Amino acid sequence: MHDRNDPAALHALAALRAAHKRYGARPALCGVDLALAPGQLHALLGPNGAGKTTAIGLLLGLLRPDGGRAELFGADPQQLAPRRRIGVMLQTGALSETLRVGELLRQTAGYYPRPLALAETARMAGIADLLARPYGKLSGGQQRRVQFALAICGRPELLFLDEPTVGLDIEARQALWATIRALVAEGCGVLLTTHYLEEAEALADRVTVLAQGRVLAAGTVAEIRARTQRTRIRCRSALAPEVLRDWDGVLDAAFEDGLLSLGVREPEPVLRRLLAADATLSALEVRRAGLAEAFTELTREAA
Amino acid sequence: MDTILPLPRLLGIYARDAWYEFLRLLRAPAAAVPMLVFPAMFYLLFGVVFAGHNAQQATWVLASMGTFGVMAPGLFGLGIGVAIERERGLLALKRALPVPPGAYLGAKMAMALLFALCIFLILALLAVGLGGVRLAPMQWLALLGSMLLGVLPFCALGLLIGTLVSAQAAPAIANLIYLPMSFLSGLWIPLKAMPALLQQAAPLWPAYHLGRLSLEAAGLVRASPWPPIAALLLFTAVCFALALRRLRRSG
Repeated sequence: MHDRNDPAALHALAALRAAHKRYGARPALCGVDLALAPGQLHALLGPNGAGKTTAIGLLLGLLRPDGGRAELFGADPQQLAPRRRIGVMLQTGALSETLRVGELLRQTAGYYPRPLALAETARMAGIADLLARPYGKLSGGQQRRVQFALAICGRPELLFLDEPTVGLDIEARQALWATIRALVAEGCGVLLTTHYLEEAEALADRVTVLAQGRVLAAGTVAEIRARTQRTRIRCRSALAPEVLRDWDGVLDAAFEDGLLSLGVREPEPVLRRLLAADATLSALEVRRAGLAEAFTELTREAA
Repeated sequence: MDTILPLPRLLGIYARDAWYEFLRLLRAPAAAVPMLVFPAMFYLLFGVVFAGHNAQQATWVLASMGTFGVMAPGLFGLGIGVAIERERGLLALKRALPVPPGAYLGAKMAMALLFALCIFLILALLAVGLGGVRLAPMQWLALLGSMLLGVLPFCALGLLIGTLVSAQAAPAIANLIYLPMSFLSGLWIPLKAMPALLQQAAPLWPAYHLGRLSLEAAGLVRASPWPPIAALLLFTAVCFALALRRLRRSG
């Protein structure tokens, strides 16, 4: 939950303030606060149905809040002027299949006051070789990169990326990450939603976790990670998880992929006891819980 | 308040959107063929083969098949087009991008007008060449004007369909409106030959007013053109208002 000291709230490019939205009787967002700052990548995470798409819809002016406010550059997102300063990549934005990539780029760039040159956009999105191809003839990953190109072609100050790397191979994903990092370094603000937690961990400056229309946690990646005290121990061992669960300081224990996996609060005492109890223990690995683990724990608590 | 775009830039965006909409349709021509072919086919049947050398009947068929023809581009072009693009998320993307509000709709309506013009020109060529229709230049102009005006209420009705029903249902709904309405408006058989109830209900249909307007333009009935024009504009305004309200609410 953000507060007055949150740096992002002060110079926000876009913000939700106590935003409420319901579809009929079903509440989708219940008093959500969110502030996007320049030069920061803000990851919006949450299980399906948590309200991520609704939050983006409010910030883009596709929906109107039932309560609270949605602001884009201090203005109503349904006005045209603030939207000239954003770039958008939606999850479903099926473009006209018979139009060529170059035509789609020219059309979208024409909506903006001072767009990038076509060749520059194409280079940044890695689609320079696709410009003459009809959009409908491209692979899913290529189409996704074209949609990314459309999102950046207007030199946006704020970029909305809804699941941008779905369907991309590893190489294309890394290239996209590099472009996003470069844009953020130049001062562009980004709102990213993703199912890949390693993507949020690799890119995000700030994270907001939504569940059932509420903010479960918000902060830097390190702060969210620290929400879980857990350390993960993995090893090959003859000891049974059922027995280990009763040990002091062991939070969970299970076999995963043939390895014993323990979630513990303090690794050292458990490790000493483990090594003493099983002389054949091998393939030992000790790791602080990542964002993925913190996320799983947070959303499980909320459910 | 919203800053106003300089007019040349705004016109540039409108023109570009219309051009890309034109390219899109040109590259998937299969959907457009029936719209161009059916009115011409029916004209040949009723205005040439069945009319013998009766120029008055040939003119009547020109006015009513013209009306039938220009109903389609708006009803199907916008009805099906908007339903598909709404369902597949393109409409949401256009609304999120800084597209001036009228550009999306303007491009679709420009294409409907272009189609209507083609349909009318084909019919007019057949009417003059094979049906023996002779009209004064002002009558041709008035008839063309009626046809183009008549595109608007069906664009508005098409948009309303497109915002309300799924992409799968849209063609069926558009057809369910198109064929019965053209029949009930007296485009196929004169209204006088229909039961009194259907005659009384006819002013409810925009196609009825468009039919009256084009008969008047072709000099087949003597009446003031203004009541049908007012009815067509009113119908257009109501449908547009309903559709835009629906779009603002639900996306």
